This record gives sequence, C-alpha cells and structure tokens, in this order.
Amino acid sequence: MPPEAPAIPTDDAAALRQRRALLAARYRHWRRTRRLTVALLAVWFATSFGTVFFARELAALSLFGWPLSFYLAAQGASLIYLAILGVYAWRMRRLDRDFRDSP
Amino acid sequence: MSAFFRKLSRYYLWYSACFAAFLIALAMLEKEGMPRVWIGYLFMFATIVLYAAIGVINRTSNVTEYYVAGRRVPAMFNGMATAADWISAASFISLAGGLYLHGFDGLAYIMGWTGGYCLVALLIAPYLRKFAQYTIPDFLAARYGGGAGGRGAPVRLMAVGATITVSFTYVVAQIYAVGLIASRFTGVDFSVGIFLGLASILVCSFLGGMRAITWTQVAQYIIILVAFLIPTMWLSVKHADNPLPQVAYGSVLPKLAQREAQLERDPKELEVRAIFRQRAEVYAARLKALPGSWQAGKQEVQRDIDAVKQRNASLFEIRSAERVLIAYPKSAEEAARVWTDLRNANLARAQAPEPHATPFPGEDRAQSDIRRNNFLALVFCLMLGTAALPHILMRSYTTPSVHESRVSVFWTLFFILLIYLTIPALAVLVKYDIYTSLVGSDFAHLPTWISYWANVDKVNPLISIADINGDGILQLAEIAIDGDVLVLATPEIGGLPYVISGLVAAGGLAAALSTADGLLLAISNALSHDVYYKVVDPAASTQKRVTISKLLLLAVAFIAAYAASQKPADILSLVGAAFSLAASTLFPALALGVFWKRANHAGAMAGMAAGFITCVYYMLHTNPILGGSAAGQWFNIAPISAGIFGVPAGIAVLVGVSLLTPAPTRRTIGLVDHLRAPE
Repeated sequence: MPPEAPAIPTDDAAALRQRRALLAARYRHWRRTRRLTVALLAVWFATSFGTVFFARELAALSLFGWPLSFYLAAQGASLIYLAILGVYAWRMRRLDRDFRDSP
Repeated sequence: MSAFFRKLSRYYLWYSACFAAFLIALAMLEKEGMPRVWIGYLFMFATIVLYAAIGVINRTSNVTEYYVAGRRVPAMFNGMATAADWISAASFISLAGGLYLHGFDGLAYIMGWTGGYCLVALLIAPYLRKFAQYTIPDFLAARYGGGAGGRGAPVRLMAVGATITVSFTYVVAQIYAVGLIASRFTGVDFSVGIFLGLASILVCSFLGGMRAITWTQVAQYIIILVAFLIPTMWLSVKHADNPLPQVAYGSVLPKLAQREAQLERDPKELEVRAIFRQRAEVYAARLKALPGSWQAGKQEVQRDIDAVKQRNASLFEIRSAERVLIAYPKSAEEAARVWTDLRNANLARAQAPEPHATPFPGEDRAQSDIRRNNFLALVFCLMLGTAALPHILMRSYTTPSVHESRVSVFWTLFFILLIYLTIPALAVLVKYDIYTSLVGSDFAHLPTWISYWANVDKVNPLISIADINGDGILQLAEIAIDGDVLVLATPEIGGLPYVISGLVAAGGLAAALSTADGLLLAISNALSHDVYYKVVDPAASTQKRVTISKLLLLAVAFIAAYAASQKPADILSLVGAAFSLAASTLFPALALGVFWKRANHAGAMAGMAAGFITCVYYMLHTNPILGGSAAGQWFNIAPISAGIFGVPAGIAVLVGVSLLTPAPTRRTIGLVDHLRAPE
C-alpha cells in the first residue's frame, strides 16, 4: 500500500495523489481478482481430481438412485463447473464496479 | 446493444419456428409416403443452403468484421456460437457411443471437455478480450516480444505452428465426418459428400469470415440441440415415463445394473463367451507354432481349393474357396500380426460386460489404480487442451467487453451442458433398451435397423451380429457394436419415424460443419494475419489483408478436404492427441503470460519447445500407430494423455529459463498491468 501523499496544495501533488490512488485501487482489484481465481481454481481442482481419485470409495454412497461417483462424473462435476463460471462472472462484475466507484 | 440483442432474438425465434414447421411438413410428407431417400436429400440440401444463405447475407471485407465479427456479439449469442464451435462430430456422434462401450471410463471426456471452460474463463478469456487484438499468436507475440525490433516474430511463428498442427488434425476429422454423414444419408459418394459440405463451409466463411460464421453457428446450434434432444426424450418417455432424460435415467440405472448382473452369469452368455475363448486359444496355439503353422495353414487352404475343383463344384464355390486363399496372410510375419489381432479381438469378446456405473473395475487393486490414473491424466489433458485450443480462445475477442467475455464463457458451458448432460442419459437408455429388448430376441425377427446399419460399411461393420452358439436366440456376447452407430441409429432403436433419423443426420452434419468453420478460420487467420501481415508484409492494406485471408482459407479448405478424402486412419485416431499437444505447447505460455510477470521471451520459446517435444516424444514412443509400443509407457499412462508429461515439462522449462535470463522489458510489464487492470 502506498503511503498517504503529503497535503501540499499544488497541481503536481494533486496529480501525483490521484495517480497513487489509481495504482492502489488497481493493486487492490488485482489482489482480490487473484484471490477469487485461486479460490475458484481450488474448487475446480477438488471437483475434477478429488472426486475421481476417491471414486471407488464414493461409489457406495448414492444420490437419488445414482451411485454418487457416477453421478458426479456424469453430471455433477459439470454443474459445479457451471456454478464456478457463474460465480466468477458475478463476483468480477462486483469487483469491477467497486473499482470504478472508488476514487 | 439491447436493441441489437432484441433484434437477434427475434430473428432466431423466427428461424426456430420455420425449422419446426419444416420438420412437421416433412413428417406429414413421410406419412403420405414420400420415399426415405428424399427426406435425406431434403434435410441435407435445406440445411446446407441455409448456412450458405446466412454467409451471403453477412458477407464482409472489413478487417474487424472479418476477423472478430466487429466485437459486438452479445454474450449469450457468443456462448451459443462457441458451443456449436465446440460440439464437434466426435461430441455429437461418438461420445454417447463411447460411454455405451466404456461405461465409467468414458466419463473422462465429459469431465475434461466441460471442466476446461473453468480454465478458459479464470485464466485466459477475459485477459485476451482486454488485449483486444485478433489471434492467439498476436497475444503471445506482444506479451513475450523478442525477435527483430522486439515484435516477437519467433514466438509468433511458433504459436502459428502449434495452432496449425492442432487445428489441422482436428479439421480433417470434421470434414471426414461430413463426408460420412452425407454419403450415408443421401447415398452420394463419400468424396462428393465431402465437397458438398465443403461448399457450404466455404460460402459461409469465405464471404463473411468470423461474422458469418458466428451467425451460422448460432443457427447450427439450434439444429444440434433439437436433433439430440428429440430422440433422447422419446427413449426417456419409453423407459422411464419422464420426458427429461437428464433426470429420468437415474431410475433406469438400477434396472440396468440388475440386468447386467443377470447377463453376467446367464448360462447361454457363458456358452458364447467360452466359444470366443476357444477361438482365441486356437489363434494362440497357431502363433506359438509359427512359422510352421503358417505353412500348414496355407497348404490346407490350397487342398480345399483342389478338393472343390475336383468335385466339379459351382463357380461360386470355387470363387469363395479362392477368396480364402487371397485373404490368407502372405508371410509368416503378416500371419503373426493378423493372428495376434484376431486372438486379442476374440479374447475381448470372451470378457463379461463391465458394470456400467462402477468406477475402475479391475482384477486387482493395481489394475484398478492404473485405470484411475489414466482417467485422471486424460481429464487433465482434455481440460488444459480445451483451454489452449485456438479456435475456442479466438472467440473471446468477439464480445463487446471484458465483462461480456466472462459471461459468454458461462453461456458457452450452459449451452454445451444442454447436450452434455443428456449424453450419459442417452448411453444408459440405449444400453437398457438393447440389453432388455434386443438381447434374447429371435434371430428370425431382428429389427430392420440392424441389417441396415450392418450393411453401411462392409469392411468395418458398424454392427455385426452372428448366432455364435447356434441356438437361434440373440445373446449379448453375440453383438459387436461400434460406438459411432449409437446416436445415428437411436431414432430407429426407439422406433421413431424416419424424419427424426434425417434430423439426427442434419444435427451431426451441423456439429461437424460448425466446428470445421471455426477451425478453418483459425488456420487461415494464423497464416494471413500472423504470417503474412505481421511478418512478411506489415505495410499491406486492409483490403489486401482480407483478400489474402480469403484465398488462404480456400487453399487450406481444399488441402483439408483432400486429406480427408484419403480416409487417413492415422490422422483420425490422433484427434484426441491434439488436446495433449495444444495443452503442452500453448497453455503454459498463455496462462503464465498473464499471471507471472517475470516470464520472458527466452522462457516462452524454451517452454513451448519443451512442451511440444516432450509430448511428441511420448506419443512416438508409446503409440503403436506411430511406431511406438505400449512397453515404453511411463507409469502406464496411455499415449493420448501425453500432455500429463508435456505440460509440467513446458511450465518447468518456461520458469527455469525465464529466471536464468534477463527480466522482461518495462513495456512488457506495462502490458501485463494493462491486461490485469479492470476496464
């Protein structure tokens, strides 16, 4: 985070302050984007590889008549992927809006 | 923009209504007794003319329109077009058959081909849109620079090479499928079918580039969806009294498992399997006694001919005896190869069917682990490959904003899932239908679709049925079915009118054409924009650029069609490998280009080369078609998943070489900051 700019009422300082604020906002936005990306990638990874790795153990459980591991591989995982994409588009829109609203 | 969206929605609603009316009219004509072949013709020509007409309406020679459809395709329509771009002949025709044949293992394709979109959305698409140029090599060249004047020509040319290698294998398979479907449903020659399909592709992309392709693909998606859902819903109502197959097949699954268990220990089935095992043993014994057994077999065939000739048999009998001699292996080496194949084929048919929903069945834990690891590796390669396919990534340039590009990926997966969630259901429903109503029926009263599909391809029959144990009743082990026939024959299996069969063929054709359109454009753009404009003649006028692009498209299309008309078995079997290749070569450079500022020119070059070489080396080393052998496998991973080694190698080398060479210039850092910054 950049330090507070000193309050000298000149044009240069104002421009500098503005530029610093913009960079700080951009940095904040990128940090949040990265965090969201990592979190969603973790969900993606667990859905894709975790469920398959333990598929034999999960096969004993059942979900509305489907063996759980079969259902996850056939349809469940795909639906989770769709949810990941939905959350990403929605959250990123919020982040973009926050960035625009910040000074 | 919302007015544009409303206008588009109105157009496509009208189009859907007209299509429905066309279907109903054909169904009525069929009832009036119109011959089947005419229905096939009508479907084929009506759809091809439709695509060509959309191409003519959208003709353009404006650069932005031609390359990226003017960057104003609303997210939902872009998603629909990308979905059509994505759903290839393999997805439409072969995937359900693959699930039918391989059960749980086949689901790797479903997971891989949907999960890849998470990577597209999270790591690549929005940043490409922010970059706002025209092609994937554009992005890599700008990001990594280097070469004369820092314009990144070497990186660009490597990316062009990867784009062409990947897309060309893929497009040949699509054009091959076009020829196959057109020739089966209209009875025209295979090559004529190819050039008919080609004509519609060309009119469309030649005149209007990305703009015409986008609007054609939306129309094609609607046909693909209708063609896939109608027969599946029908089967679903038949077996589960529920018109939603995606939900209904849950109740069929336990019934299928029960039937599988029953068939596994059915005495008649055991009898047939024992006969196949016996046949395999005969071949094994002959293989052991080579080369003596080859000599003995040849003499025996010769003796048969003499015997037939001596007893003054009919000409037909003599001919068929001589044909046996012609088919007999010419040398002991050939005999070894042919008999090994026959032994393995018979052994495979001696196996009991695997339970459909059980993950990784195997004799012991180690066998089962190998199957699981291959499943994981394949999912990995398909996902990263999806996130590196140029013709899909290219579509993130066509949306109006970064936000819309994210939403567009969501819509893409949504529209893909409308089909993909149905595929596992279709496989289960057809399997249940075949296991219960076909198995156990009388040989004298087999349904007509079997003889029809058995005679389509005489050399490699799509379905072959023989009364092995001679009891006059059909056993499951007596059916050999090719996965490709499943979707195409579903309407007949379900007892639907022929007009639905024509619709399914039109759907398969739309799937193949839409993918071929996108791929051809990706290849010709790489050649015209990246090679010609950016490297050879940067001063070219916009008019000249578009003209060159159109000419190159024509040339590439004809080369691809020529390659497909040779029926290249080796290319077709390598399509799956295209994903591994794309993942190993392009994915590390694309993803790290945005997320790691330190990645530089030397690193990218070395990483792309290392990924490509590792991947190709593994394939050459382990794929029997390319002269390798299964004995060379690392960790028992199949050659199709070569990317599981190629991607880590690419990333490691990219990181290592980048760290050993100077950091990228300030201009590059500025570009990365720009990509990351919100609009």
